Amino acid sequence: MTEALDVTLTVNGERHAVRVEARRTLADALREDCGLTGTHLGCEHGVCGACTVLLDGEPVRACLLFAVQAQGRAIRTVEGLAEGGELSPLQRAFIENHALQCGYCTPGFLMLGTALLERDPTMSDEALVDALSSNICRCTGYANIAKAVRAAAAEMRERVPA
Amino acid sequence: MKPPPFHYHAPRTEAEALALLAELAPAEGRILAGGQSLVPAMALRVARPLHLIDINGLPGLDRLDVGDGHLRIGPLVRHAMIRRESVPGPLGALLDKVRGHIAHLPIRTRGTVCGSLANADPASEWCLVVATLGGEMTARSLRGERAIAAEDFFQGFMATALEPDELLAGLRLPLLADGTRWGFHEFSRRAGDYAQAASLVVMEVRDGVVLAARIGIGAVEDRPRRLPEAEALLIGRAPTAELLRQAAATARATLLPTDDDPTRPALAEAMIRRALADAAGIALP
Repeated sequence: MTEALDVTLTVNGERHAVRVEARRTLADALREDCGLTGTHLGCEHGVCGACTVLLDGEPVRACLLFAVQAQGRAIRTVEGLAEGGELSPLQRAFIENHALQCGYCTPGFLMLGTALLERDPTMSDEALVDALSSNICRCTGYANIAKAVRAAAAEMRERVPA
Repeated sequence: MKPPPFHYHAPRTEAEALALLAELAPAEGRILAGGQSLVPAMALRVARPLHLIDINGLPGLDRLDVGDGHLRIGPLVRHAMIRRESVPGPLGALLDKVRGHIAHLPIRTRGTVCGSLANADPASEWCLVVATLGGEMTARSLRGERAIAAEDFFQGFMATALEPDELLAGLRLPLLADGTRWGFHEFSRRAGDYAQAASLVVMEVRDGVVLAARIGIGAVEDRPRRLPEAEALLIGRAPTAELLRQAAATARATLLPTDDDPTRPALAEAMIRRALADAAGIALP
């Protein structure tokens, strides 16, 4: 056992004061210490992408970051996507396009997709498929996930005229 | 699994980081940069550092500078920061292409170029680039600073010339003159997986004749390296399909793969052939 560290995590705009060991990953701290169990853990070594969250707007693997490293950074998780009880365009598109079955990988794909859409909703199909290859889904075969992100991108493009 | 326990250190200056490294390296202390190889290795309990010295809070280490005919990459430059628009000339296009082959987007936002070099995985794309282009590494410790050439830096499977108390403080790559031609190909089982074989070729062609050529191979031997026999075959000759095929076959014959996977030499030859063809600008079926 090593010393406990006092860390303040800012998750979806809310501050969480937690006391963690240095080895506590951000993913575990979110789930165990902040009670935010929307972020899932699959492989715990950076391959599956289920734990993908946004760190200052960039998609990262929360299992490959220690919680202490996220001090002072803006963390966004799947719990922060809906606003005022209303699902985000990407969340709705996942439902409408049957982009999930068991749902285990979904939080990671939603955060990855959110980062992609916020960067560039006009990205090419090739770039989209390449980016979505970051995460693993064992149910859908990915086609409907790509379809959902495309649908949300179309909706966002309509809303924000170029 | 979960990473094993360790003591966490977050220095505020490079001097402080070097002092910590000098003190803690003999006690299983290591630098934590992007952590995209080290942290999974810890989760798998392959790596068990007792101290991690996190350099992410150090100012000014994420700089990408161009000058004196070189690109300088600081120790906290993430893979995702290597973009065509930030590096002039053919080197920018080359590095942009290579970046796309490194793991996946959420790994590239965090992992660092210098971290990949210090890790020295034989399948690392950046290590192949450094070995092929002749990059120069800067190692810094309390004892001072030294430059390490690519051919001395990589010493074997995940082994480098860095001493335990040395921080990899930067990488310098020569810019490529306008008109320099290049090709990069890698084979991996799925997008973002470790390469089974990778090749980078850089070529200068004038009046239809090859003036200079560098052929690099990665993920096949215990470290990336150039293939001088195959390079020599090209010099002074027209890069025809037949010559490129010969060069790739010669390259294959000089390889010493670290495993006995029967597909490895064929994959290596195919990647070299394709990289050669792209560099020469010809179609090679």
